[in-house]
Amino acid sequence: MSHGVIQTFSSYVELTTIEGVKQTLAMGPVASQESIKMLGTNGGGFFNVNSAHPFENPNELTNFIQIFSIFLIPIALLFAYGKFAGNRREGIAIFGAMALLFALTLSATYYAESQGNAMLTQLGVEAGPSMEGKEVRFALGASSLFATVTTAASCGAVNAMHDSFSPLAGGVLMLQMMVGEVIFGGVGAGFYGMMIYALLSMFMIGLMVGKTPMYLGKKIEAYEIKAVIIALLLPSAAILGFSAIAANCADGLAGLNNAGPHGLGEILYAYTSAAANNGSAFAGLTANTPFYDVTLAIAMFIGRFGVIIPMIAIAASMSNKKTYALSSGSVRSDNMTFTIFLAFTVLILGALTFLPALTFTAIAEHVLMLSGKLF
Amino acid sequence: MFKELEKSVIVFSGLALICGFAYPLSMYAIGESAFAPEVKGSLVYEGKTPIASTLIAQNFTQPQYFHPRPSAAGADGYDGASSSGSNLGYTSQKLHDAVKERVEAYRSENNLSATQKVPMDAVTTSGSGLDPHITVANATIQAKRIAAARGVKESKMIEAIHKNVQKPYWGIIGEEKVNVTTLNLTLDREFGKVKI
Repeated sequence: MSHGVIQTFSSYVELTTIEGVKQTLAMGPVASQESIKMLGTNGGGFFNVNSAHPFENPNELTNFIQIFSIFLIPIALLFAYGKFAGNRREGIAIFGAMALLFALTLSATYYAESQGNAMLTQLGVEAGPSMEGKEVRFALGASSLFATVTTAASCGAVNAMHDSFSPLAGGVLMLQMMVGEVIFGGVGAGFYGMMIYALLSMFMIGLMVGKTPMYLGKKIEAYEIKAVIIALLLPSAAILGFSAIAANCADGLAGLNNAGPHGLGEILYAYTSAAANNGSAFAGLTANTPFYDVTLAIAMFIGRFGVIIPMIAIAASMSNKKTYALSSGSVRSDNMTFTIFLAFTVLILGALTFLPALTFTAIAEHVLMLSGKLF
Repeated sequence: MFKELEKSVIVFSGLALICGFAYPLSMYAIGESAFAPEVKGSLVYEGKTPIASTLIAQNFTQPQYFHPRPSAAGADGYDGASSSGSNLGYTSQKLHDAVKERVEAYRSENNLSATQKVPMDAVTTSGSGLDPHITVANATIQAKRIAAARGVKESKMIEAIHKNVQKPYWGIIGEEKVNVTTLNLTLDREFGKVKI
């Protein structure tokens, strides 16, 4: 509040500007909502443009606090997990994998954004990162950071318009949500999402070295792997299936703000964001139509409960199993090897599932942009 | 069964009271007592009527004022009740056309040659449509036009800009920028209003 986030119950302020024009300012109790939105990785903004609005996020310092709050609880949970598992290093190993992935996606987003839009430069605009949809107070650095954090966690608050991001940066943001927001992720949700990949990693390691796969001394068997696969496939099917439907019917195409591959990107982003329960958007898409309301809601439902139910089933079955003591020959899940293996599992699975879709949106748009094609 | 139901109703109503009423109201009380101007929207008054919020861009079109960034908020832009960005992607024809038009307008407003590069922030719409800031480079280019319109030296304008530059926090967090609304208010205070 001390920096200018408003907290008031007064009605909208009508003012006559310095040049004598009328301007209406929306008002409300924003400050108390703001910390809930960030800490709970909820992300629903008070104003239309969320944390890009000067009353919600007036300067770089408040921006920093907001980013910090998004990650605070998801990261704390990892250490809590280490404690519950009776071995701090179990939590740290997963933290390491998430941090590694985050470093990758952040650098990719930042780099893609820093390249700027060459077609604007040709019109006589100074070279540099595109400022369309960005605020001067956040510019390149804070906008890229916020975007990466908010899609890594299932937050969905934004401080710049993702729709106007460069094609590749938009693609990275989508990929982060597509893999299930396991890079720190939402409060609790990121963690159980990462568990899917952890179990799968152990299973694959087990197959490779020819040992019974175990995680935390519990055997991973057919039942768990089946549940893991369901949890992986359902959200992916929801994202890709619904995007395909929307892209092929008039109701789906009616809401587009951009044409060409970027338009398809808007649709894909919408279903990804819904299934991953993120809530950020390529906001150009008018999603408030009966068609999108219904299909996005179904996607959200599948994306959420399609993961939660199998995970509860796994947890129940695992907790009933006998715990084996680790021997010198068993595959460990608390060291660097596991961290790196886990990170690559996420990348490879995410890439394999979604690369075709991303090729037609982000990558196609990037290539066409370089060749100077407009839509 | 009923016992559990009773418990959940009590917990639910208790939490609803705390989170729904006690928490926002106590935040309201703290805000009112400690940060009164800020929580009300950082408004600037002329006499008793509010004329601006230092956090929200206004549409300045007259030559004696610094112009903010283009806005996509509301039908005519700068609508404080309907914040919005353009949401146009990199390969958008609409974006391309709009920027082209704005580049030409900016050059003719500020008497620039047809080859001079135009600052990025001056021709692209902001995320909120209410971004009150512009870059220092953008302000410096505009200084000449404003000096002429007000009949003062350009160096005076540059001085006014530099007095209003907001530096990054602790030298690292943030960007160097000028707040158009406060800068224009300073101009009116120091050099007087220009009769139209």
